[in-house]
Amino acid sequence: MTALLQVREVSKSFGGFTALDRVSIEIAKGERFGLIGPNGSGKTTLINCISGVLANDGGGIVFNGEEISRLPAYQRTRRGIARSFQIPRPFSSMSVLENLVVPLEYVAHRDSLLKADMQGEAMELLRGIGLADKADTPSNRLSQVELRKMELARAMAARPQLLISDEAMAGLSSNEVSEVLEILFKLNATGITIIMIEHIMQAVMKFSQRVICLDAGHIICEGTPQVIVANPDVQRAYLGA
Amino acid sequence: MKRFSIGALAVLALAASMPLIFHNEYFFFAAYVVLQFVVLATAWNILGGYAGYVNFGSGAFFAVGAYTAVALYKAFALPLGLQILAGAAASGLLGFGVGMLTLRLRGIFFSIATIAVAIILETVVVNWSYVGGAKGLPIMRPTETPFFANHTVWLFFVMTLIAVVAVGAARFVETSWIGRGLRAIRDNEVAAECSGVPTLKLKLAAATLSGALMGAAGAPYAQYLSFVEPTSTFSLNYAINALAMPIIGGMGHWIGPLIGALLLGSVQQIVTVTISSEINVLVVGVMLVVFVVAAPEGILGLFRKFFPRRKS
Repeated sequence: MTALLQVREVSKSFGGFTALDRVSIEIAKGERFGLIGPNGSGKTTLINCISGVLANDGGGIVFNGEEISRLPAYQRTRRGIARSFQIPRPFSSMSVLENLVVPLEYVAHRDSLLKADMQGEAMELLRGIGLADKADTPSNRLSQVELRKMELARAMAARPQLLISDEAMAGLSSNEVSEVLEILFKLNATGITIIMIEHIMQAVMKFSQRVICLDAGHIICEGTPQVIVANPDVQRAYLGA
Repeated sequence: MKRFSIGALAVLALAASMPLIFHNEYFFFAAYVVLQFVVLATAWNILGGYAGYVNFGSGAFFAVGAYTAVALYKAFALPLGLQILAGAAASGLLGFGVGMLTLRLRGIFFSIATIAVAIILETVVVNWSYVGGAKGLPIMRPTETPFFANHTVWLFFVMTLIAVVAVGAARFVETSWIGRGLRAIRDNEVAAECSGVPTLKLKLAAATLSGALMGAAGAPYAQYLSFVEPTSTFSLNYAINALAMPIIGGMGHWIGPLIGALLLGSVQQIVTVTISSEINVLVVGVMLVVFVVAAPEGILGLFRKFFPRRKS
């Protein structure tokens, strides 16, 4: 098992508030990794540090053997880290198809802009995720589940090795949750490593091979889903002492 | 692309043949101002419309172009073409500099900085006696006018050329991958960055190009008036018009600022002549309010609403 991503003692504070306190994680190539924790435990801060939206204060992040923690986010995307957002962030003035063309232009085909058939490729991705009929729809007219799917498709358009799904299932019905889950399983089967952040326990537990639980910026438990569920610290963090 | 080039050439040919149609010099004097606004509005829109970063200091970029030209003309008697290039370079550099200092941050910081820059630079020029300081400097027009019989007509043609270049540049930016990147920035900067868009680089490029075009618009200003002084060169009118025209015309498409500038610019000229030069400022304000309230997508938005594009 070779590590694709190594988070080494990463810390991040906002003023006097410590959101992450020397957090270390290793994620293997092809792994399905779950990240859980109560609200405010630092999950999103951690993946913001990994994806480059925030700069970590201390520690290091190594991706594919390269230290990336001082690179701007777009450079990390080009190296193979793509993500979706907890609150969807569509390019709302663009159609669904165009949303996908942005990463195709700026990541996948940035050296061959003239030759590539980006519309066709974007269409292919939309077909794969079940949004082909919405290709020309303005992205601000999508439903919640469609937005989530579009964000995943847009992340996929950057041809990532690591996909970070930040609560892609929040606010979805149980049918929709299994739909998105199926998509993520399918992507993982093609060799993409996936970090899933989720509050819907059934989904994380079903999906992940390994789970880490964060609480107040610390890792309180790490292991298989069964180990996590049985852990008293996790139960305390979620249910209160 | 081909159609646009033909259109551009047609506009230039039309401008060149104008002296055969209009014999009143005032027509060219007024048309020059309208074209100047076409450049300013188009330039403003590259950063403000496409990327969503509002420049409140267009007057400063315009004035830097004008005063660069004046200083070089006085020092080396540089020909107009080089004055324009130098003015564009100076204002482009200013755009890059202000961008470098503020565009790392998202949001309103750039806008605030542009206001500050306008005030600082005006103070500098007021105290710079070489270019006339506060009392201004008369500029002798060159005695020889190339190609045209009359210097005003020549400047009108030059400004048409700058306008064509500006609109062409804006159109190129808009239809290329750069334009899509800028729109992604405007829609959601974090998502743009995470989709691989180098947001800072693109914003800096847009600020530089936008500044350079404004500087080019300002460079012939002193020759046009045969005089230059800071109050009118740094006038808030430029800043307001550069922003109002794209808003009224429509910001998403290169033709929006063009329509806005032609419409608003012409109305202002007509009002100035027929009613009063004070009312023309009122016209901008009233139209801006009306459009922001009733048609936030501008004239283009209204057009699209009533003539929805057929699906191809």
